[in-house]
Amino acid sequence: MSEPNRLSVFKTYKLYVGGKFPRSESGRVYEVTDKKGNWLANVPLSSRKDARDAVVAARKAFGAWSGATAYNRGQVLYRIAEMLEGRREQFVREVADAEGLSKSKATVIVDAAIDRWVWYAGWTDKITQVVGGGNPVAGPYFNLSSPEPTGVVAVLAPQESSFLGLVSVIAPVIATGNTAVVVASEKSPLPALSLGEVLATSDLPGGVVNVLSGRTAEIAAPLAAHQDVNAIDLAGAGNDDGLAKELEIAAADNLKRVLRPQPVDEADWSATPGTDRMTAFLETKTVWHPTGSLGASGSAY
Amino acid sequence: MPTTAPTAHALADVAASDSTLRRFLHGLPGVDAVGLEARAASLGTRSIKTTAKAYAIDLAISMVDLTTLEGADTPGKVRALGAKAVHPDPTDRTTPATAAVCVYPDMVPAAKEAVAGSSVKVASVATAFPAGRAPIAVKLADVREAVAAGADEIDMVIDRGAFLAGNYVKVYDEIVAVREACGTAARLKVIFETGELSTYDNIRRASWLGMLAGADFIKTSTGKVAVNATPANTLLMLEAVRDFRAQTGVQVGVKPAGGIRTTKDAVKFLVLVNETAGEDWLDNHWFRFGASSLLNDLLMQRQKLATGRYSGPDYVTVD
Repeated sequence: MSEPNRLSVFKTYKLYVGGKFPRSESGRVYEVTDKKGNWLANVPLSSRKDARDAVVAARKAFGAWSGATAYNRGQVLYRIAEMLEGRREQFVREVADAEGLSKSKATVIVDAAIDRWVWYAGWTDKITQVVGGGNPVAGPYFNLSSPEPTGVVAVLAPQESSFLGLVSVIAPVIATGNTAVVVASEKSPLPALSLGEVLATSDLPGGVVNVLSGRTAEIAAPLAAHQDVNAIDLAGAGNDDGLAKELEIAAADNLKRVLRPQPVDEADWSATPGTDRMTAFLETKTVWHPTGSLGASGSAY
Repeated sequence: MPTTAPTAHALADVAASDSTLRRFLHGLPGVDAVGLEARAASLGTRSIKTTAKAYAIDLAISMVDLTTLEGADTPGKVRALGAKAVHPDPTDRTTPATAAVCVYPDMVPAAKEAVAGSSVKVASVATAFPAGRAPIAVKLADVREAVAAGADEIDMVIDRGAFLAGNYVKVYDEIVAVREACGTAARLKVIFETGELSTYDNIRRASWLGMLAGADFIKTSTGKVAVNATPANTLLMLEAVRDFRAQTGVQVGVKPAGGIRTTKDAVKFLVLVNETAGEDWLDNHWFRFGASSLLNDLLMQRQKLATGRYSGPDYVTVD
């Protein structure tokens, strides 16, 4: 007997905001195709109100996430890698479709993305020692600098590298205790929306990462001007100088930290990233602590 | 038996005795709960944008009774609250002042001082707020103290125990006595604690009971229980004040309190007011919001409309 002709079940891709999976507040969707133009899925076309809701969720999550121990954050990031490992097949398929790659090339990319989570998981409790420390000062003081997370970071994910590039910009932001509002690649948002499902099952508190899909320019503008967003990563505005400049001007209004788009291609994403993307979203707090007058009373210092 | 009828209107004699009062309250039409909630929900879907939204936000700000009712209230906190009530957004002096600050009776002098010279009123809760479980003499003393200290408005709680036990006349007499204690100096808001009245029918009865006894305002709740102001119970109370004015010519205000935290919610309530009671109530003399965190959200939305940028909690005060 032949296999009955089964109707396949299509997945409804949804946003990931505040630990939940809402549709766009606007009710809009747009079509996503593969490199050859074949239809893949309809995904939410986010509005500025979705962006606002995501910022509210990210702000709410910031206190607990930035206050969690660095060790705990490392465990959570590692857990994301574990969960991704279990859904490797799905991501290989989505990346292959999105970027028009062969299965073997897509596998290399997905593996690199999983390894990147592990790499940043290791950094969570080490970055403080590397970029902070005691400073020598000419006076009777201890002088200590320590890096602190900036706050809510808007992240425009790279347009071309839909998964490895995405992970490479999210992981450094949340590793140090920031929370993120991520605008997925406009043409290839499926891996980003699926990543939301992985994050939801990885002990990552809701709201730490929020994923929006839609027109980058439309969502980025209100995020760049938003007074409650503390920093913005313009990686995804890299192909559009006009947009990047406009966003930078809007971001200047409340003195947001801005990470300008850097020229990168796929090969660069797979290289070891270094600490730059982490330090870009850290504030250095320096404390002066008096030690009493040195020498005068035979101080032990 | 109550000896004084507070107002000489068509319904003055329904409180003549326990039985007439009971007959009147139980003769009120039953509430269609499903219809009420559906009506409140459908009015909540109105889209209020641009200039209408700007108007609604300013109106809502001017209707806020900025409230602090905590055991940990200090004169300093009340002063800060008073300053905020007078100038809700110090960066934008076109922002209207709130209607009142609402505090415990012992904080009335501090509040009075803080809002001196402005249009902001001082409201004081009284009558053993929030439970209302104290002898009548204590409740009246509570009210007199607050009025003597300069309170412009008294927020009293009804005796829910007596109401639920069916002893309507006791509740009525108490409101009348408090009304007398307020004298002409203070307006009286009567809190029903709708979350404890169990049914919509009870909320309707309580509304009429309060208005018959001479309330200037009927107020949903204390903010101290799980269920506070909802669109449905506020809609019900708005219908009651509308019908009461139609029958007696006396206008009574409404104050939903507790649980209203966002601009969106506040605007929904204003739609309810306009569509139910009518424009006459769209004024802070006749409609109030009992709230604390609502004001910050209203201010953030106001800043968004003025600048085009979304604002954040860093740009309003932390209370």
